[in-house]
Amino acid sequence: FEFVAEDQAQIDKSQWRGIAVYVEHQEGNIHPVTLELIGKARELAGKIDQPVYALFAGAAIRENAESLRDYGVDEIFVYDHPALKFFRIEPYAAVFEDFVQQVKPSAILVGGTPVGRSLAPRVAARFRTGLTADCTKLDMQPNTDLDQIRPAFGGNIMAHIRTQNSRPQFATVRYKIFAAPGRLEHPVGKVTLMPVDDEQLRSKITVLEIKPKPAVQHLEDAEVIVVAGRGLKREQDMEMINTLAERLGGQVAGTRPIIEAGWVDPRRQIGLSGRTVKPKLLITCGVSGSVQFTAGMRGAERIIAINRDPHAPIFNCAHYGLVGDVYEIIPRLLSELPALQNGIAQREVA
Amino acid sequence: MNIIVCIKQVPSTSEVNIDEKTGSLIRSGIDAKMNPYDLFAIETALQIKQSREAKIIALTMGPPQAEEIIREAFMMGADEGYVLSDRRLAGADVLATAYALSQCVLKIGLPDLIICGKQTTDGDTAQVGPEIAEFLDIPHITNVFRIEDLNEQTMTVSADLPGTVETAAVSLPALISVEKDIYQPRLPSYRLKRSTGQKKVVFYRLDDLPDSDERHYGLAGSPTRVVRVFPPEKDQANEFWEGSPDELAKKLAQSLIDWKFVEEA
Ligand SMILES: Cc1cc2nc3c(=O)[nH]c(=O)nc-3n(C[C@H](O)[C@H](O)[C@H](O)COP(=O)(O)OP(=O)(O)OC[C@H]3O[C@@H](n4cnc5c(N)ncnc54)[C@H](O)[C@@H]3O)c2cc1C
Ligand SMILES: Cc1cc2nc3c(=O)[nH]c(=O)nc-3n(C[C@H](O)[C@H](O)[C@H](O)COP(=O)(O)OP(=O)(O)OC[C@H]3O[C@@H](n4cnc5c(N)ncnc54)[C@H](O)[C@@H]3O)c2cc1C
Repeated sequence: FEFVAEDQAQIDKSQWRGIAVYVEHQEGNIHPVTLELIGKARELAGKIDQPVYALFAGAAIRENAESLRDYGVDEIFVYDHPALKFFRIEPYAAVFEDFVQQVKPSAILVGGTPVGRSLAPRVAARFRTGLTADCTKLDMQPNTDLDQIRPAFGGNIMAHIRTQNSRPQFATVRYKIFAAPGRLEHPVGKVTLMPVDDEQLRSKITVLEIKPKPAVQHLEDAEVIVVAGRGLKREQDMEMINTLAERLGGQVAGTRPIIEAGWVDPRRQIGLSGRTVKPKLLITCGVSGSVQFTAGMRGAERIIAINRDPHAPIFNCAHYGLVGDVYEIIPRLLSELPALQNGIAQREVA
Repeated sequence: MNIIVCIKQVPSTSEVNIDEKTGSLIRSGIDAKMNPYDLFAIETALQIKQSREAKIIALTMGPPQAEEIIREAFMMGADEGYVLSDRRLAGADVLATAYALSQCVLKIGLPDLIICGKQTTDGDTAQVGPEIAEFLDIPHITNVFRIEDLNEQTMTVSADLPGTVETAAVSLPALISVEKDIYQPRLPSYRLKRSTGQKKVVFYRLDDLPDSDERHYGLAGSPTRVVRVFPPEKDQANEFWEGSPDELAKKLAQSLIDWKFVEEA
């Protein structure tokens, strides 16, 4: 039983069927988040015995569309037109609208990429329906209501959200949240080419240039990060931090005071006014753990904090808290860690 | 050129608590501040004003005390400020929020440019900007980190995307949401604080909007429902390691080996 305000008419949910995935791509190259969403869509659709659809909009993409059959999509709707070569909001929103009107899917999953996060709200608003951002868990009710769980407040709380009386139900999901499905041996899905009306493709935006960014080592890509905080007293103390990062095959980052002191490159600041990182391992050294800092690293899988103040807030978000002096712990740790090449010899010398 | 900057008041800490009984967020007693990402939106408008004639209008929807962040915008250099505040707007999700803001924009007068922050630190959806643009039927561009050119008809901006930088021209009126690195926000100025202390902040209620049908706003106008809020599950319990520096170093080294971050010698 669900409480419903009396003046609100109930929609007929049986008019909306299937789970659709928006195909994120760059000039036809399908972004892996798409496959992850297809995997999840199949699981959800299986619970209510409904089909999985894909919406693929772009230029000269028909062949790439075929490949999605292998992942178990029942029907791939293709909007192929030269004017869709680059993402521009109005034409993409227009073909998305057309897709929703023709296919009437019950739920639509969109990758939480810059394109997805720009397009999904635009289309959701057009249908006066709900969109849940950055879901980390999805489940399906027998009545086709999508259970959507997402973090908010910088990850400090989780919200369980439903779009109970509107269709379609929109959700975005970030890359690497769900697992990609295996390929089918005998795909049965079909590709359907949708007519595109030139009228739909008008845009007030002209894409002038798309420049690849220089391939720098992004802090965001690091699996291991060692963070220096104001617990370090002098620039030369960075040496031990650098060595530790090197031993762990990781990268060095800093809190804002360390960046401001010029000891670490500004692109390596973690936090609200710096980068958001999600490494497998993050070690903080002499970092107090202000909210502005933790906003950028709470997603790390394993957080180890070294701080001599047992009441430092960093210990609230660290998985392993070491109460102690970085100047005493890190040099000892370095001598305990086997060196990369001939670890045993190193250890004996130390 | 008229520029509306959308700003939101958020709790000053993200360490929120949940009321065990009602399962809702406890917001009372928590200090509020301007959403930090919106400082960059205000600064972007101020930068534009440095090279051309422009009127900067700060707009927020929230409780009456949201006036505080409008005052803060004045202290940075905004020219006008509006607070859309009405009990019937409470409980709004993104759709109802964006609709209310778009109605308020129409009430103020559609500007040449609307600037939003990248996201907020509470709801954290980054969806409000694109939905406002949809309701106003104007183009939008997100992830803007540089303004390349601007004239009365067109704006050229660069957007920061994962592997690329994309430069595009958009005809005005348009909405952009800006990245946090776009410009370094200035601090509120004491001089402006004094000279804008008496400046009027305009308050609008639902009845002032072109569409005053209360079913389109607040909880009633929100398609999403927060069924429950709960603390995140921790995959690891927090552990405190105590001991001498030697013991701590040994334990950490062994763990790093066990977790396969370093090869065992
Ligand atoms: C709008 C805004 C945005 C901000 N954005 C960011 C941001 O993006 N990133 C960021 O980092 N900060 C940011 N800040 C600053 C932030 O509030 C903190 O000031 C900053 O994170 C503190 O850095 P810290 O932990 O290195 O230094 P401190 O807070 O000074 O902490 C140093 C810690 O080291 C410990 N310590 C001292 N000596 C030793 C020792 N020998 N061994 C072990 N522990 C020791 C101390 O106990 C203390 O806990 C921002 C602030 C504002 C207002
Ligand atoms: C835990 C939790 C989870 C939620 N999840 C969702 C969800 O998934 N989907 C959903 O529809 N709603 C959700 N909401 C409701 C949503 O947070 C609110 O509707 C909020 O008013 C707008 O969203 P936002 O804070 O995410 O803003 P964002 O979209 O992140 O804000 C982007 C920009 O829009 C402008 N802006 C935003 N709000 C205002 C305002 N009030 N006044 C002026 N300018 C503003 C600012 O420039 C801001 O930088 C959630 C709320 C909570 C408490």
